[in-house]
Amino acid sequence: MDFTEDQIQRYSRHILLQDVGVEGQEKINKGKVLIVGAGGLGAPIALYLAAAGVGTIGIIDGDVVDLSNLQRQIIHFTPDVNKPKVISAKEKLNLINPDVNVITYQELLTAENAERIIRDYDFVVDGTDNFPVKFLINDACVIAKKPFSHGGILRFDGQTLTYVPGSACYRCLFHSPPPPNAVPTCSQAGVLGAIAGMLGTIQAAEVLKYLTGVGDLLTNRLLTFNAKTMEFRTIKSKPNNNCPVCGSHPTVTGLVDYEQAVCDIESHRKQK
Amino acid sequence: MSKISVNGKAQEVETPISVTELIKLNNVAQPEMVSIQLNGEFVNREDYDSTQVSDADELDFLYFMGGGSRPQTPKVALRLCR
Repeated sequence: MDFTEDQIQRYSRHILLQDVGVEGQEKINKGKVLIVGAGGLGAPIALYLAAAGVGTIGIIDGDVVDLSNLQRQIIHFTPDVNKPKVISAKEKLNLINPDVNVITYQELLTAENAERIIRDYDFVVDGTDNFPVKFLINDACVIAKKPFSHGGILRFDGQTLTYVPGSACYRCLFHSPPPPNAVPTCSQAGVLGAIAGMLGTIQAAEVLKYLTGVGDLLTNRLLTFNAKTMEFRTIKSKPNNNCPVCGSHPTVTGLVDYEQAVCDIESHRKQK
Repeated sequence: MSKISVNGKAQEVETPISVTELIKLNNVAQPEMVSIQLNGEFVNREDYDSTQVSDADELDFLYFMGGGSRPQTPKVALRLCR
């Protein structure tokens, strides 16, 4: 890959990094990353990856921008309300960096389309607030041997874990989805907007580390933080032999759409 | 009294104590939302009652966490809410 003068200038702060250099930047530019969810986590992830020059960015989200999203989903602006999130996101990414090929999927990731969609990407990033899809991403990536970054936020807390084939997966830590309605979501419990940025940028850094091969990924470690105390902790984990998808006797061998606590959301929508 | 560690913080508890009792002792509001690692090994949920915690054990309570955007799976929603 031959960089133009503009590209050398654009990516100069990466190229200057001894660990990255021209070679690392080329790897970033050749990278193909799928971001699931153009929301609180997906917004900073997409913005930083586009700015970094990730060659192909896929974004999947079936939702439209809502006024209540703007408190943290910084890729969407006030005039974008009611616009499909993937369109709103693509517009900003194209403006940040025309080098990036943005592919949009205005749909939900499901058991039916997951395998086909993730197949084309080097790395998948979970930016969803949705346990059925979190487990679906995990299962699809483990089965397809595709690396991915898990991310979750709630109230003042965040957690993230990176998976590469052979490392502990999300199910190694969290066996199966919580009972529907048991888990508060951000829409029910609230979330400090900046937390999404804190966690999303960590996930974006993991993607860039993966693409360039720099440093140690958050594999076999769950990073958690609490913004009230600003305490960060990494909890060491390892592949769980009893894991239903990557353990010695897997019971999850295909993809399923789990049910989730969406009745609350429906009632929220009715209140609008 | 035994000294154990929960999420990296020292705790004094009367042992023997089961994982279930320890969850209660730590005022976990929704026990179904916590995943427990004991000395680096995950404990199966069905074994919380029978798993005893002893002196110097290290436990990690891991909580389910969602994301930044509201859940958005209308298809599944309709199926569930029907």
